[in-house]
Amino acid sequence: MNFDYSEEQQLLADSVRRFLQNKYQFEDRKKIIAGEGWSSDVWAKLAEMGLTGLPLSPDYGGFGGGAVDLMSVMEAFGEALVLEPLLPTLMAARLVGRAASDAQKRALLPAVAEGRLRMVFAASPKANVVGAPAAHKLLCLLEKDLFIADAAEVPMKPYRTLDNMLAARIDFSPSKADLLAKDAGAAVEEALDFATALVCAEAVGAMKFSCDTTLEYLKTRKQFGVPIGTFQALQHRIVDMFISYEQAKSMACLACSKVDSSENPAERARAVSAAKIKVADAARHVSQESVQLHGGMGMSEELKVSHSFRRLTVLARQCGDADHHLERFASL
Amino acid sequence: MDLNYSAEELAFRDQARDWLAKSLPAELKDKGHYSKDELLRWHRILAKQGWVAPAWPKEWGGTGWNVVQRYIFEEELGYSGGPPLIPFGLTMCAPVLLRFGTEAQKKRFLPRIYQGEDFWCQGYSEPGSGSDLASLKTRAILKADKYIVNGQKIWTTLAHYADWIFCLVRTDPTVEKRQEGISFLLIDMKTPGITVRPLILMDGAHEVNEVFFDDVKVPAENLVHEEGKGWTVAKYLLGYERMNTGRIGESKRQLARLKEIAAGKMKDMRFRDRLSRLEIELIALEITNLRFLDRMRRTGQPPGADVSMLKIKGTEIQQGLTELAMECIDPLAGDETSMALQKKYLTTRKTTIYAGSNEIQRNIIAKMTLGL
Ligand SMILES: Cc1cc2nc3c(=O)[nH]c(=O)nc-3n(C[C@H](O)[C@H](O)[C@H](O)COP(=O)(O)OP(=O)(O)OC[C@H]3O[C@@H](n4cnc5c(N)ncnc54)[C@H](O)[C@@H]3O)c2cc1C
Repeated sequence: MNFDYSEEQQLLADSVRRFLQNKYQFEDRKKIIAGEGWSSDVWAKLAEMGLTGLPLSPDYGGFGGGAVDLMSVMEAFGEALVLEPLLPTLMAARLVGRAASDAQKRALLPAVAEGRLRMVFAASPKANVVGAPAAHKLLCLLEKDLFIADAAEVPMKPYRTLDNMLAARIDFSPSKADLLAKDAGAAVEEALDFATALVCAEAVGAMKFSCDTTLEYLKTRKQFGVPIGTFQALQHRIVDMFISYEQAKSMACLACSKVDSSENPAERARAVSAAKIKVADAARHVSQESVQLHGGMGMSEELKVSHSFRRLTVLARQCGDADHHLERFASL
Repeated sequence: MDLNYSAEELAFRDQARDWLAKSLPAELKDKGHYSKDELLRWHRILAKQGWVAPAWPKEWGGTGWNVVQRYIFEEELGYSGGPPLIPFGLTMCAPVLLRFGTEAQKKRFLPRIYQGEDFWCQGYSEPGSGSDLASLKTRAILKADKYIVNGQKIWTTLAHYADWIFCLVRTDPTVEKRQEGISFLLIDMKTPGITVRPLILMDGAHEVNEVFFDDVKVPAENLVHEEGKGWTVAKYLLGYERMNTGRIGESKRQLARLKEIAAGKMKDMRFRDRLSRLEIELIALEITNLRFLDRMRRTGQPPGADVSMLKIKGTEIQQGLTELAMECIDPLAGDETSMALQKKYLTTRKTTIYAGSNEIQRNIIAKMTLGL
């Protein structure tokens, strides 16, 4: 047993963190939000660090990594509340890698790995899809078959989600689309589990930020002549937040490692659903408490903690809410 | 034991309900945010009917209703779905003036509050003084017949609409008991030296502000009660009859709306259970509230620390309702209805923070009710 990241994984996580600390401060993020909602410069940098190719097969220009390799990256993304649609692209690329023909893979995956091609997946023809306005290709499940189309051919209405992610309401019409794979249900389920496990990791990162910044606030904010962290009522509250965070992190580890190692789809699905349930509960708990313990400041748009709150609110339900995964867990 | 309203009380309720339904303009119903004009429009409709300030003494426009009638009316008002009656003038400044104000102050301010001619805001909190309000620093120094005010307030709700602000200010920084150096001052928002800066909350709305005072000259006649008695005044207001703290009427309306939104989700047993539990919470709160009300009616005693319990449970229910509403929509949705429900969830987080955070309310119960 070994829960540590490998040296390679740690190096990558460190360089991603360093980049985000230098170039993706809360103020930088604000500017991106005020602009297009994502940054092509940042995207280029992510590609340069190898992130767009990380989980792709070496046969198509990737590094052959898995969910565990991406876990620490997604945690770092969660902490910095990164807006760029890396995970949607990697999820769609995974589908292509598992379901498409060799020719299609050759046409798509090397471009993804090099950061030149962004793709997103929609589970139904009319759907709200994160990253769609920045994507070149859209994958869509119609009945049981998987189609792909140029994003430019798909009518879409762009908007920002509650947590400021660039998204679009799409209307995918099959006449303009190519078949990617027939009967792609199992591949989609696998790719969704991959994405769900990494959404868990991202939420864990956002929770880490919320916990850390709240702890810092409890140590510095003074009322009644003392730091509010000296009040036992609040000490217990923040302890519970950290417990939620740790439990969520454990479950994200479980989900990512099962996605990578499990031969048995039911075993993988159970682990991922269990993780998502725990992460959803923890995200709700940590986000709500982080705002509450900040008092009025927690409500302010000016503080990152309220943005982390919004992100966690969405992440808790993205890729299936706790009820959805409870149903799935219990049925397996 | 009889938990029912009397026949007269029921008739009173029906009359209030009918009038409210008939008088509330449809375009003011169930909006998330209201403009100043919309707030005042509803205020004036109620004022014209003579129902905008039921609890005031009759000579100033009160209705003379008993506590139960007032409670029923407030609940119906909340249930109507109309704009909220902004409390700062009607149920904060006015009761203070009625209890501590001079005749001149009452004559000058009360009729204008009643008619909705002056919009008031509340200047208590400061950057360094939230829960620990008594540490406030905004300084007022009496020079001849004017107070010179310097300092800053924060989180001032609707200060950008306000004509007047009532403030707690420090008039004496030297007294040993810091509460005794605080005074209650009424300040015209048009006075030179006042700057209002918006603070945007996480739902993107402009509802609160920072208010800066830079050598603001306030006539000494705007002091309420005596100098150094501001804390007494503020405490009186906290103990002032606040039987609607739980906001039962509003929550009942939100619950009814939630059931409409959730119509398609009622087959989902997990969701249905949560909704039912929340509804039961609300019933329990309502009966608790009525118990306190009944006791108050019979003993004439103001509710005291019990109000804290109503605030805690009432705000938890309000938050729970917004959370369930959010479960009815796609978390990634961007349409107007979904966004409004999500933003309602965001903004409702404030209810456990403001008006004495729920932690402070628990401290009050621990100390006052349980003697800890
Ligand atoms: C939307 C909104 C509108 C508002 N409107 C107004 C207004 O119109 N006028 C006005 O004057 N103020 C207003 N306020 C301010 C509000 O009253 C304060 O936010 C509140 O009193 C808390 O103070 P604080 O924000 O400084 O938090 P702090 O007092 O710093 O508290 C931070 C955290 O510590 C907790 N805490 C503090 N002391 C203790 C303790 N002894 N034991 C346990 N826990 C403790 C708090 O509960 C909170 O969770 C508003 C606030 C909001 C969010």
